[in-house]
Amino acid sequence: MTRALFPLMAALVGLLFFASLLVGPAALGLGESLSALFRGEGGPVVLVMQEIRLPRAVLGLLVGAALGLSGAAMQGFLRNPLAEPGLVGVSSTAALGAVLALQSGVAAAFALALPLAALAGAGVSVLLILLLAGPRGGALSLILAGIAISALAGALTSLVLNLSPNPFAAMEIVYWMMGSLADRSMEHVWLAAPFMALGMAVLLATARNLDALTLGEDAAQSLGVDLNRLRLMVVLGTAAAVGASVAVAGAVGFVGLVIPHLLRPLVGGRPSLLLPASALGGAAMLLAADIAVRVIAPDQDLKLGVLTALVGAPFFLHLIWRLRGVEA
Amino acid sequence: MSVFVPSSDLIRAAVLVLFGAGAAWAEAPVPGDPAQDAAPSRVVSINLCTDQLAMLLAAPGQLISVSHLALDPLSSSMVEQAAGYVQNRGGAEQVYLMHPDLVLAGTYTATATVELLTGLGVKVVQVPPADTLAQVVDQMRVVGAALGRHAEAEAMVTRFQSDLAALAVPGDKAPAAMYYPNGYTAGAGTLSDEILTLTGFHNVAGEAGLTGGGILPLERLVMAAPKMIVTSTPYPGQSRSEEILTHPALRAVRDKAARARMSDADWVCGTPYLLNAVRGMAEARRALESTQ
Repeated sequence: MTRALFPLMAALVGLLFFASLLVGPAALGLGESLSALFRGEGGPVVLVMQEIRLPRAVLGLLVGAALGLSGAAMQGFLRNPLAEPGLVGVSSTAALGAVLALQSGVAAAFALALPLAALAGAGVSVLLILLLAGPRGGALSLILAGIAISALAGALTSLVLNLSPNPFAAMEIVYWMMGSLADRSMEHVWLAAPFMALGMAVLLATARNLDALTLGEDAAQSLGVDLNRLRLMVVLGTAAAVGASVAVAGAVGFVGLVIPHLLRPLVGGRPSLLLPASALGGAAMLLAADIAVRVIAPDQDLKLGVLTALVGAPFFLHLIWRLRGVEA
Repeated sequence: MSVFVPSSDLIRAAVLVLFGAGAAWAEAPVPGDPAQDAAPSRVVSINLCTDQLAMLLAAPGQLISVSHLALDPLSSSMVEQAAGYVQNRGGAEQVYLMHPDLVLAGTYTATATVELLTGLGVKVVQVPPADTLAQVVDQMRVVGAALGRHAEAEAMVTRFQSDLAALAVPGDKAPAAMYYPNGYTAGAGTLSDEILTLTGFHNVAGEAGLTGGGILPLERLVMAAPKMIVTSTPYPGQSRSEEILTHPALRAVRDKAARARMSDADWVCGTPYLLNAVRGMAEARRALESTQ
């Protein structure tokens, strides 16, 4: 089962990536559009494929992978099935950081300020979550801390956008809370991809230590796991991956919750296998959601988070229902 | 602030708000009353477009206040002139306390405000937005009539029509598009569409099946390969909505297209300043001709 899982998922992600390239309001032929991806210079079809659809598909892939992987790593480190960047407020604080960088004008003066500010925002909330609901905290304290952080970050984001001199800014509160990949460009890819890649590499490197941690903290320490170092890696990895994602795509929820849960039984509950599997699964889920928003409402910018929440929220309720029995 | 002004007007306003506007009808001017036909002496405008027409047509001292939008350089062609008037934000309370005998409003002005003012016995003239060049002329006449400045309005109309006729560009139509934040554009049946046609362009948004204002996805704009794109100047601060105007795909299309230097504000309202927009488009169309 596990052996076939990775090639199958990689194939699914590849398929969805191509489907994402082929879906859009401009009706283009299959061969024409795919060949336009590789032509150097040229007409409108080349522009549409290389400058509009390619960045959208690449960002869908990267953002989904970052969210799935972060969810799996947080769940593994906290040994808590409800940990997820969106639910515990990491995405909303990243959005606050990004909005502050944009509205203060820092991002206009220095492009890297956008992902860095989102990364800082995400980092602060991961640290807060670990403090308030660290490995010994239960599911309840984790969720309560997450609600408080999300509410505060959401309110501050709305405040900053409402005070902006730009009349469009206040209308974009929904975008920052729900996420969208509409009309992104390669500039956004180049800005965010290095941070996402770095964050994901750090998170993947925690795999063996997270395996040891399933035996408990004491057992892990006796196996030579440096818990402080592991914590730092989870914080930095999640902050970079989620922060950069939110900076260019807004906060898309529930991907990091649903995907690790669906895949955990298939990898025998081993974090070292769950991490890469969740990255692939997250990419597949986000690409599928981004295809769906374009098919459902081609001319309107339906937000990604709407679809992921429609799938994720019932799933979340189901998890809470199951946990009730465990914690009581 | 107004709490400290124990004016009978305020009390009357409060009573009207509490008990409905019925009481005011008794005081409303009767149609045909000679007092009503006299030119108004205290005019307040609460709509950007009536602001500008009133500033151009009113007798000295007749107009006392214009909306705050008239001072926004991205929306108004008459920022300097507007600085000489009291600003209002279009709220019924603020407008009523200016004791106007005529309020000029748009038809989309908050209906609650207009009803409240009418209920208080203030004459409100609502001017519909202009979707065609013919309606621009109607607007000039409506505002002129409301102000009792028929002769000035007719002079404005005559001048506008002759200037407009002189700016028309005959011959082949080149593809063009209006493109604004969030991919918003003007389709068929809009004032922009008529200006594009008049100046030798055809509107790709109208051909894409869009009527009125609406969204044209960036992909479809790129595929239409317009020879001319009119966009807007971004507001200060930052928004994702406006990022589309600097998207590399749009930039690539614009690099191959003609450019026109003109003010966004001149496109907004049906005033004589609309001619600046028309002139800019006509010049851009002629420049396009010479490069081909």
